[in-house]
Formats: sequence, structure tokens, C-alpha cells
Amino acid sequence: MEVTFRIRRYNPEIPGKDKPYWQEFTLKDVEPTDRVLEMLHRIKWEQDGTLAFRRSCAHGICGSDAMRINGRNRLACKVLVKELGARIQVEPILGLPVLKDLIVDMEPFFAHYRQVMPYFVNNSPLPADGRERLQSPEDREKFDDTTKCILCACCTTSCPSFWANGSYVGPAAIVQAHRFIFDSRDQAWQDRLDILAEPNGVWRCRTIFNCTPACPRDIEVTRAIGEVKLAIRGGKRDGIIQVSQIETH
Amino acid sequence: MQTHQFDAIIVGAGGAGLMAALYASKGGANVAVVSKLYPTRSHTGTAQGGIGAALGNHEEDSPLWHAYDTVKGGDYLADQNAAKVLAEEAIDAVIELEHMGLPFDRTPEGRISQRRFGGHTSNFGEKPVRRACHAADRTGHMILQTLYQQCIKHEVKFFDEFHVVDLLVNNGAACGVVAVQLGTGELHVFHGKAVLFATGGWGKVWQVTSNAHSLTGDGAAIAFRRGIPMQDMEFFQFHPTGIYKMGILITEGVRGEGGVLINRHGERFMEKYAPRIKDLASRDVISRSIYLEIRDGNGIGGKDYVYLDVRPETVNRYLAEAGESRRVTAADIEKKLPDILDFCRVYLGIDPVKEPMPIQPTAHYAMGGIPTNVDAEVVIDENWTVMPGLYAAGECACVSCHGANRLGTNSLVDLVVFGRRGGMAIAEFVKHADFVPLPANPAAEAEAALKRIRQSKGKTRPYELRQQMQKVMMDYVGVFREASGINTAIAAVNELRHRYHTDLVIDDAGHKFNTDLMEAWELGCLLDLALITAYSAAARTESRGAHSREDYQQRDDANWLVHTLAFPKDFTISSTGELHVDLNFNKKVDLSLAEVDPRFAPKERVY
Repeated sequence: MEVTFRIRRYNPEIPGKDKPYWQEFTLKDVEPTDRVLEMLHRIKWEQDGTLAFRRSCAHGICGSDAMRINGRNRLACKVLVKELGARIQVEPILGLPVLKDLIVDMEPFFAHYRQVMPYFVNNSPLPADGRERLQSPEDREKFDDTTKCILCACCTTSCPSFWANGSYVGPAAIVQAHRFIFDSRDQAWQDRLDILAEPNGVWRCRTIFNCTPACPRDIEVTRAIGEVKLAIRGGKRDGIIQVSQIETH
Repeated sequence: MQTHQFDAIIVGAGGAGLMAALYASKGGANVAVVSKLYPTRSHTGTAQGGIGAALGNHEEDSPLWHAYDTVKGGDYLADQNAAKVLAEEAIDAVIELEHMGLPFDRTPEGRISQRRFGGHTSNFGEKPVRRACHAADRTGHMILQTLYQQCIKHEVKFFDEFHVVDLLVNNGAACGVVAVQLGTGELHVFHGKAVLFATGGWGKVWQVTSNAHSLTGDGAAIAFRRGIPMQDMEFFQFHPTGIYKMGILITEGVRGEGGVLINRHGERFMEKYAPRIKDLASRDVISRSIYLEIRDGNGIGGKDYVYLDVRPETVNRYLAEAGESRRVTAADIEKKLPDILDFCRVYLGIDPVKEPMPIQPTAHYAMGGIPTNVDAEVVIDENWTVMPGLYAAGECACVSCHGANRLGTNSLVDLVVFGRRGGMAIAEFVKHADFVPLPANPAAEAEAALKRIRQSKGKTRPYELRQQMQKVMMDYVGVFREASGINTAIAAVNELRHRYHTDLVIDDAGHKFNTDLMEAWELGCLLDLALITAYSAAARTESRGAHSREDYQQRDDANWLVHTLAFPKDFTISSTGELHVDLNFNKKVDLSLAEVDPRFAPKERVY
């Protein structure tokens, strides 16, 4: 099939291209099962080498190639042409400064990530037998979903609250915090809840729900944020409070 | 040009680089991690099935058995002292990862859960053993995340999206690297007492590969251009189960959970090739078996692929046949292999709990690379002479603990064990070493090489050369090789390399995020490594592990229990002609375990 790509371009080094603009490219012999990333490569390799985007693993694990594709945040390597049809629009993800074409400045995103103490803390003595700390399969399951996060920024850059206020830590940072808050082995959960109780923490989330469908790893992001909110309100993390079990008054 | 000074420069931020950075930092060194990617994009994150360690959480296990499996899996080319270190320190390394918070799956008792994996056995090959410690089928992701988290906790200094393009050597010692800051195009010189390369592999040499686009062998190629030999380059592993045509990896954990390989007749063909452990034989054995099935017309529909079948009814039928009491349900498969199911559903439109997966072997892992000793110090000849200040760990290094064929899960073990050893060795080294002065105009050669590409005015676009190289290497230096094919590849790739240096053209003459330029530069690394691989493959007139010669089908221990060392010949950084190597076969395989235990002596390898 023939597919036309409409791509948002920007090159700060070239006069005339240093304001964002749209450019169309047409590709022939596209298979419906081709990944959008492969098509971007074909455009870059066969037609215009100046087209700039990030990519690495090409199968949805490294998180490099988050883009806004036909209006939705996707990983270019994890969306096939057949889902999109013969006209495909590709733009940089929103809410982070564009540096060149589809490449955005990820530093603000990683700065928010670092804010939430995204690392394991346990200062108790190690087990005397020199082996692993124990954790039941049930306790392990409580934070399984949020361990899947690949820091691609699809969720954070789909969030209207983040678009409106770049100081908001954003869904991805909360997901990362959740992974530790609900890990029975971790001891800094109260510190993380305190961080996320600040004005630019979880309360900036208005439960708009854009983040959950944006996640290429199918993490229930909105639910994770809700669980953190409930933990802050309850001042405890004794098991995850199931959102579905909350009584409405 | 900016110059930075650190005690230690770690190049690459995958598992080995991050482990080295952590340990060098903890040991007091002032460390910089320089990576062309954001650390969490590194390819360690794609490792799926598990990390091997003889924890014995389910059944009896021992590091000696792990060492034996590693040596046997490596078809007796592994240095046995290195295999011993790998297997023994794996236990401590995995426990340490857990202490760092890594969310392993758990047994009902709360211990780290372990699964079967190819080539891992108990009691010297007797039967499969549960040794692969796993976190679903995203173990590598968890390792990468955990190590990056720890680096943040310990305030390790990162230079993200700095692409290293040259190694600086002065007075016979490594003293730094040159890197392009991708966002600006500016060159930075990193001056260090110690440099550790942890830049990963070069699967992009081949057409069908599980490897990331970024796996272009930069560190190995840079080191080679500075005179460091490449060891055992003919040994490149083809993983048996890549998604057909795409090469995306389907973990061996699928077979560990009971999945089987099936040909067009519905036969479980590994019963023919590895009667004892069947679908859990070593990867080289299984990849060859698949090729042979395809050659005999037993591929699906007569084509060049077979099925990997993990449907519960299939798994349970063979479990019953084997007299095992365990049974699996679709829900179990979903729980244990979620990412694999996701790949198949997204990319193939196939649901593996209902349909078998079409698979073919995919270029996966470099056993060879930059030669090192067990402390990750780079050695530059057959006499184990160390280049002061230079270290390598992970896939780009050749310790050699993997020999001629790496065992599944041992790549992750390698990262943490030898990354850690490298970090500890560096911490000690920099306490006593002085800074070797930088050479004059340290960035000049790198700058000239990039300028030549940036200003190239030829007719050939880089992707044309890359695709031709990948096809030639797949056809002639793949799972099976023979002399005339390898020589065809050498001539073809040298011709491509010549065009690369004389007839290239790129579009982007800019500086900021010039990915056109950097991809073209990476292609230069791939071409060099393809040639070194082919030369090494031509010289080794035997079949061993992943190097399978149709014209020399037997392993030849009398002549070939040696490592291949390929040195650059008549080579300068700016040379544009053919690439040639001097091959040296004087580095003998370490057989220290066999000297005290006859079970480790080379013998016929059957599974």
C-alpha cells in the first residue's frame, strides 16, 4: 500500500526551518504489518536524512521513540500501519521543549523522576544467612504493574495537567514512586508520600485518565495515582486500597 | 571543545557499565558514565527470561554444575577459570541485586523464583534444573532499572546522549575518550585514569537480529582501531527463537516453561537432535537443528521458519509424556510470559496461548570482543599483557567465560559479575595511578573522521551499504559457514567498506542531533567488525559452538583449543582501503578446572 506521512518538523540550525512546520512524505510498498518506526527509517534513509528522532530497541521495551501519532501518544515501534491507515500524522510528544523534529528535551521529565526518590531504601541489617530478603508472592503482586514502566514519557506528555503546569511531577514519576511505596521491603514510603503530598505532587492529577490509554506497557496509571492519593489520605500503605472497593458517601 | 577530568570514565550505561560505575563510586573513585543513550534505553533492558545462579531455591543446585554447564555450553572454548568465577559469584551478585530492591518473582516461601533454561542442568548434564532467577519475562528490564536507580541514589555523574567515538591512548596507557554531545554536536574530551568500555554487542552486522538499532559495536571497533586485538570474533550466537522476519527475541523461558519446537509435520524435532534435554539444549545446537529442518523441507509450508508452541494443551501433552506431574493453564502462561504474548499479539496478530509462534534463528550475542582477564582489565596479546587504565565488561568484552557459545541467562550474570569486578578493580587502580597526560590534539582524529562523513559528496547512502553488508553476513557468515562463502563475504564487505570511505553521501550537515551523521559513523564500526568476524571465521578450520563450518564439521581439540586474536594490520585510523588483520592463535584456552576434575575435560558434546 501507499502511505502518506505528515510529519512535524523543526530544525533550529536552518533558516526557514527554525519554526515548526509540516512536511509530507509518501512511501510505496508499505506492508500493513510494518511498524511506524520502520517507515520513519525508510523516510530518513531513502528520502531525507535530516529527519531526526530517537529509537533503539524497536520492540517497545527501551522507551526511546514516544511520539504523538495520529493524535495519540504511542511508541513508533509498537504501532503498525494497519491500525492507522494510509495517512499517518507524526508529531513530537507535547509538553516538553522540542529540540529538533521529533526529539524533545527529556531533562525536565527525568528531573521529576529523580524527585520522588526512585530507588529502593531499606536500612535494616541484611538477612543473617546472607540470602535474599523474603517477600510473599502476594506482596510482590501489589506493585507488579508499576514495575513495568519504561520511562518513555507517553503518560506524562498526554496529561493536560502536566501541559498546563510543567512543575507537576506527572504520571510517570508517580508510577515510579508507587513501585516503591507498595513494595513491602521498602522503608522510605512515608518520605515519598510526603513528597507527593506537596502541591506539585499527586493532587495536580484531576483523574482525566489520558495517561492510562497512553501507556504502551498497559500500566493502569490512573489507578496507581489513585492508590497513592489514598495512601496519602490514609497515612498508611497496609495493602493497596482497591479503588473498586471504596464506598461512596 | 570541552575537557572533563574524572578518575574513571565508564562508556555505556547498560548492566555492566552501571554495575562498574556503582562499584567504582562506592570504592571512592570519581566516576563519569558516558552513554549515547539515556541509560534506561540500554539493551540490557530487553533481556527477558532470567539470570542464572545456583541458589537452589527449588531443587538442589551447585555453582560447580553451573560452571560445568557454562563450559560445556561454550563447547570447551571458555576459559575455565572465568567460568568458575562467573558461576560462583553469580549467587552473591543475584542476592545483591535483590538487596538493591530488584523485584524478582517469588516462591511460596518468599524466596527468589527460578525457572529452567537451555543448557542448565544438575549433576553434570543429568537433567534440567531451575536456575534462572526471573522477574516475569522482563528480568533485564528490572536489572537495568534497579542499577540505574542505585546510581541515582549514589549520585553517579551521567553524561547522557554523549556518543563516544574515540579512545585516547598515550605512552601505552588508556587516558580517556572523545565523545560527541549529540544535542550540540560539540566534541568533549574525557580525561581519566581509567576507562571502562561497556558498549554492548554488534548484532546489526546481520540482517535478522534481536539487537537494538544502537548495537553497532562502537566500543569494540574503537578499541580495535587503537591496536587492541579482537578475540574469538567468529563466535556470534544466533538465538533459535526470533520472531519470523523481525528477529525480535522470544525468550528461552518459553521453552523453560514447557514450550516446544514443531516442524510442518507437527513433529517435536528436537527429540532427534538432543534426545536427553530436547528443546532445552544449547542455543547453537537448536539453531542448527532449525536450519537443518528447514533445509530438509520441514519448515512451515516449506518456508524458512518453524513453530514455537506454548499452547497449554501442547505443553501439558509433553509434560504428561515426560511423566511430570506439573500442568499449565493459559493463565499461567499469561502470568509468566506477559511480554512475549504482547509482542506476538502486537506484531504478528497471533495469540500464543491459542496458536503457535512462527520463529527463526536471530543474530543475538557476541561471544567474542575485547579480550580481558577476570578483573575486566583489557589484555592486548596472548601473554595476558594488560593495557594500563583500560577495562571492558559485558557483551563487548571477551573474558572468555562464554567460549564458543553462551548459555542462556549468562549474559546477565556476566554483566553483574564482571561489571562489579571491573568497578572494584578500577577503584583500586585509581587510588594509586596518576593521570597519564592526554595526547596532543586529543580530538583531532575523531573530528577529522566526522568531518569527512559530514562533508561527503559521493553517491551511496549509508543504508544501502548497511543492508548489503547485513545480507551478505546473514547468507555467508551466519549459522552455517564454509570457505568459499566466507571469502565471498570478505570480498563483498571490503568493497562496501571501500565505497563507505570514498563514495558516501549524507543529507544532514548540521550539528544538533545529527543522527544522519552518527548512523553513518556507526556503519563504519559495523563494517570493520563484520570483516574481523569473517576473517576469524575463515581461519578457524573446525566446527565449535556457534562457529559451524560445513567444510570442517568436526571439533578439532588437537589444533583449536585456542582463542583467535585478530590484530589490525597496516592500519591507521584514517585508512580507507581494505581492512586486513593479523591472526594469532597462541592464546591457549584455560583448562584449570579440568586439571583437577576430569569431568571438565573436553569431550563430545551431547544433550
